[in-house]
Amino acid sequence: MASTVLFFLFAGFAIACAISMVYHKNPLYSAISLVGVFIALSCIYVTLAAPFIAAVQILIYAGAIMVLVVFVIMLLNLDEDKPLNRLRYLYAVGGGLGLILLVQTFFIFYAVMRAPQQSVDVEQTAGKTLSIGQAMYTEYLLPVEIVGVLLLMAIIGGVILVRRLEPGQLRLVVNEELDRRNEEQEKDDFRVAL
Amino acid sequence: MEPSLASYLALSGILFTIGAVGVIFKRNALGMFMCIELMLNAVNLTFVAFSRYYADTTGQLFVFMVMSVAAAEAAVGLGIIIAFFRNRISIDVDDASILRN
Repeated sequence: MASTVLFFLFAGFAIACAISMVYHKNPLYSAISLVGVFIALSCIYVTLAAPFIAAVQILIYAGAIMVLVVFVIMLLNLDEDKPLNRLRYLYAVGGGLGLILLVQTFFIFYAVMRAPQQSVDVEQTAGKTLSIGQAMYTEYLLPVEIVGVLLLMAIIGGVILVRRLEPGQLRLVVNEELDRRNEEQEKDDFRVAL
Repeated sequence: MEPSLASYLALSGILFTIGAVGVIFKRNALGMFMCIELMLNAVNLTFVAFSRYYADTTGQLFVFMVMSVAAAEAAVGLGIIIAFFRNRISIDVDDASILRN
């Protein structure tokens, strides 16, 4: 009974935070809402008898990834999203996609509810850190190695992507962009004058 | 009494839907990035729920893999966003429509 109550509590919190993340225009508010989703999901993992995943969720997602995102938000000093002026039809596309996915979700819910109920073995060891470690370094050794190579690639890629341009080059790029914007502005002014 | 498997799948589906709709509605590259993270988390929840109800460790192992891929994605994706910001002085995805320079 207690786990059902906890599930609905954290599920509601997760959904509310997710909606607030999509709703807010300010990226910083979105990021903080997303941290709320991560923490709620981590609590749900604990009720699912997966303490290792819950800890890793907090460490990697709420700790590492979101700190990186918040750093980038602070670094770029963004202003708020401007209202949509182009691509208005995307609202319709997004709404349609959301509707399809929701119908699919309820179909899955219905289908799984009708299927014979699985009984949970309370004494199972599947979520224990020991069993995860054993599986990781015996049966799934190759995927773990591949993930290691992937992380190395990400490190190298990240360093190469954010390398600094020479000051001269940078000035060139910025001037070109400002010129382009001025041109567009002039074109718009011209159109208004017409 | 534990909540049934179906309720976990429903929560995961709802979170995935919110993420997918958010990717389309957001114009901000960082917002899209966070919506993708939300979708990855929704899938993780499915993995853990199945792992619990079938008493199998494999699901939780794959959650670990998904998290590693998400970390790699964060490093590279945020690098791309910063590089884009340096070139265009904005992170509005509509400004990324020109494939020059």
